[in-house]
Amino acid sequence: MVLLLALISGPGGSSTALSYGFRHSILRPRVIPFVVVGVVAWALVELGRTQRQTVRSAVMGRLEGVRRRTGGVIPRNRLTRSALPIAALVVAVAIPPFLNGYWQTVLVQEMGIFTLLALGLNVVVGFAGLLDLGYIAFFAVGSYTTAYFTGRLPVLPPFTLNPFWILPIAILAALIAGVVLGAPTLRLRGDYLAIVTLGFGEIVFSFARNKTDVTNGDSGAFNIPHFSIHTAGIHYTWGGKQLPYYWVLLVFVVLIMFLFRRLENSRVGRAWTAIREDEVAAAATGVPTVRYKLLAFAIGASTSGFAGVLYAANVGFITDTNFVLQQSILVLVLVIFGGMGSMWGVLVGAAFLEWLPEKLRGSVPPSDRFIYFGLLIILVMIFRPQGMIPSRRRALEIRQAEAGIGEADALGLPKEVQ
Amino acid sequence: MTAPAAPAERPALDDAVIRVDDVTLRFGGVTSLSEVSLVAPRGEVMAVIGPNGAGKTSLFNCLTGVYVPQEGTISLVRPDGSTARLNGRKPYSVTRLGVGRTFQNIRLFNALTAVENVKVGADARGKAGPVSVMLGLPRMRREEHAATEKALELLSFVGLSGRHDALASALSYGEQRRLEIARALATGPQVLLLDEPAAGTNPAEKNDLARLITRINAELGTSVLLIEHDMKLVMSVASYVVVLNFGRVIAAGAPEQIQRDPAVIEAYLGTTQDDEGTHGDAADD
Repeated sequence: MVLLLALISGPGGSSTALSYGFRHSILRPRVIPFVVVGVVAWALVELGRTQRQTVRSAVMGRLEGVRRRTGGVIPRNRLTRSALPIAALVVAVAIPPFLNGYWQTVLVQEMGIFTLLALGLNVVVGFAGLLDLGYIAFFAVGSYTTAYFTGRLPVLPPFTLNPFWILPIAILAALIAGVVLGAPTLRLRGDYLAIVTLGFGEIVFSFARNKTDVTNGDSGAFNIPHFSIHTAGIHYTWGGKQLPYYWVLLVFVVLIMFLFRRLENSRVGRAWTAIREDEVAAAATGVPTVRYKLLAFAIGASTSGFAGVLYAANVGFITDTNFVLQQSILVLVLVIFGGMGSMWGVLVGAAFLEWLPEKLRGSVPPSDRFIYFGLLIILVMIFRPQGMIPSRRRALEIRQAEAGIGEADALGLPKEVQ
Repeated sequence: MTAPAAPAERPALDDAVIRVDDVTLRFGGVTSLSEVSLVAPRGEVMAVIGPNGAGKTSLFNCLTGVYVPQEGTISLVRPDGSTARLNGRKPYSVTRLGVGRTFQNIRLFNALTAVENVKVGADARGKAGPVSVMLGLPRMRREEHAATEKALELLSFVGLSGRHDALASALSYGEQRRLEIARALATGPQVLLLDEPAAGTNPAEKNDLARLITRINAELGTSVLLIEHDMKLVMSVASYVVVLNFGRVIAAGAPEQIQRDPAVIEAYLGTTQDDEGTHGDAADD
């Protein structure tokens, strides 16, 4: 199994040296980390079942004790609750200017964009409990809208705009795409919805790839201009530097988190939780379920479209391969890894998982990078299925599911009316 | 004569809260409800009883929009005498018109606290949309405040005043039953549908429940429709009883009258082993 993994991930063979791939995958020392990792993972899963329970409950008990004690010392008021976010914001403002160009690029194009995507998907998956496997399609809508209105596609727009002014158009376009997909399909539940969204993602991808007279196919759209403002006496161009984009991203991530937090703690968030927990009971309690699911879909889609504009303007080049199924799954992984339904979890999880492969570059063979990435995710899912920083509601649902009570998540089958 | 002529026993239209006329519900070849007609009187507690599989919960699911009957009409009669057709509406819309319900197997939102569960019900009366929520408009704040107030009030009404911050899943079985009733009451129903509220409760809890149902009826003025197997509970709270068997109304009337009704006794004790025979007798007479 481990050898097979090493072989699959190893270098390919060639016609002149038939055993090249084999020799370099398995006979080189490269195989050692694989074997070690495999054995450790197996041992953890197979042997540690009881120990794992003890360790987990001991740690949880300890944490609970600490919380109870500090709960009395540190009053849970507005000040202490906002201390951590403010500290995080200070770090987010203070550190990036001192990073080199490479890490600033990673910060914007990987961590920033994907954090935005994950925050949007979190509304759909985490809040409303709808499994969306075609999420990247809305990102594509945003990107291609940008390419269209900057005149970089074979079909020319009636007027060209700077990407900055395309933001509202793209948000609207993605929102409409979300509603168009959602309106007929959100009556479906669980697995069925997932399959439909998967199909939608593939349609958008196939369109981008094959409708070459509209999208340029796999040659993509290039030379998409950077953001610039020339209005009301302000003249500013973002240019090729990453830092200005980072500030835009930071402002919007903070704003989005603020707005989503308000939604979460309002009747909208309650309605989403109710739908996620028990759709039949939610409807019987007066929640218009389809409308609220559509709302979640539209909010997620517009966030994704927004990220698409930022990406297109920043990188300046988009092609169909940016919008493959794997990207949808990656965003979903970021959400689950961080903690479904928890915005801080999603933020930290997305930033960390996007940072990790870049950090591994240079320290492990390039082709192995995503194996460590995968391993980390497997370990987290085994030992902390609720994610790095779980939301209170979600963590509880997972504990209940383990105990066999109630529906666990978007994948759970609906309970029938009895 | 094994069954009384049901129509003669019906209350007059002007004091009805729900009217069911000739409702037939089929699942493929199986007829779950067959030409069911009944009237739930306003301001009273009415019980729907019948053996297992008689179609009681199917009837509730038709009343609340979960199932759509193939034939017949179901209407809600408002206090001013105007009627609203219920069949064909979505469940949430039926609830918003004024029909609250609980479930046979408790269906709470387990990851929400008790007060949040009730607030989901109270939200049905609110109007604030997602935009006013995101902007934090004063109207939204007022509604949120009003929902909290109403939820706390209802929690103390059902006897859960100290438990409002407990998660629904952390409550005892009896408490969960009462929380579910509070959640249904928060939607502001004219009629409350309780599907076997006493299932799985102990005798003391049954007494509390009977008192609660009477109080809901007397203090809140809410009409109650109750499915229940526990005859002692039915007889102590209901002023009117409808008996279903094989998807048909076989008797309707005051509790004492029902207890003496030969068709009801036959349905419960099964004097005829042959299903077809029982069915025919009840229907034809």
